[in-house]
Amino acid sequence: MSDEKPMTCEEALRLLAAFLDGELHDGSEAAVEHHVEVCRSCYSRLEFERRLKTEIGRLRQEEIPSEFQARIRSILDSFARR
Amino acid sequence: MSGSADDRTWFEEATLAALPELLGLARRLARNREDAEDLAAEAVTRAWLHRATLRDRERFCGWISRILTNLYLTQRRSEAIHPHESLGGEDDFSLFERLHQPFLLWWSTPEQEFLDRLLREDLVRAIEALPEPFRIVVALADVQGFSYGEIAESLAVPIGTVRSRLARGRALLQRALWEHACDSGLRSGSEERRSDSA
Repeated sequence: MSDEKPMTCEEALRLLAAFLDGELHDGSEAAVEHHVEVCRSCYSRLEFERRLKTEIGRLRQEEIPSEFQARIRSILDSFARR
Repeated sequence: MSGSADDRTWFEEATLAALPELLGLARRLARNREDAEDLAAEAVTRAWLHRATLRDRERFCGWISRILTNLYLTQRRSEAIHPHESLGGEDDFSLFERLHQPFLLWWSTPEQEFLDRLLREDLVRAIEALPEPFRIVVALADVQGFSYGEIAESLAVPIGTVRSRLARGRALLQRALWEHACDSGLRSGSEERRSDSA
């Protein structure tokens, strides 16, 4: 049995953003994972933040207006003449 | 600098495939459409001129996105990255805490229902309203998926600065979404009653 103290909600919430960003590199990732498995409130928070992050990530792509597409094509065509 | 026909064909195809993402990043950084299109167009020209520095053509999209980011940061270097005034702003506003109702039955999740009703335009508006230093890190981390290290390198700031600006930027973003929800009736009735009684 491990002697390590279980992570508190306060600690888990402090690390949540870095956990979702994949930026926990000190071994605390597993402790956060374990905490959200057993804590319903922190699990709900994690799922909310994860989904909000996904929604923001959908802004990654923008519809291309036809005039802008034509502008880029013209730039690309000009490379053949340079 | 005209390059071989193969070179041009590859570059043209890669650019057109990356264009929606490139313009997406430009729109989040530059805010208005004209500046964003100028930025993306300039990035395409720079990428062509420096194409020899791209080692792995499979990574074209990430490579040209970094060119665009650096172009923007060069244009905005002073105020956007090293603001003279201290950057205020809370970093603990939580949209979840405003919406979550722990004593509701398990199948009722107001916070998820809120996200179901959220529109792309709501998020765009909230990001555009962020002060520039916060908007840049939120755009690079949450829209573009850059690591903290990559953002720190682009901005030439310590990783701790990236962490704190990201925390504040996200808190401001969530507050803006909450205020928009209050103004536009995006919240469900039960959340409204809870907020009104608080």
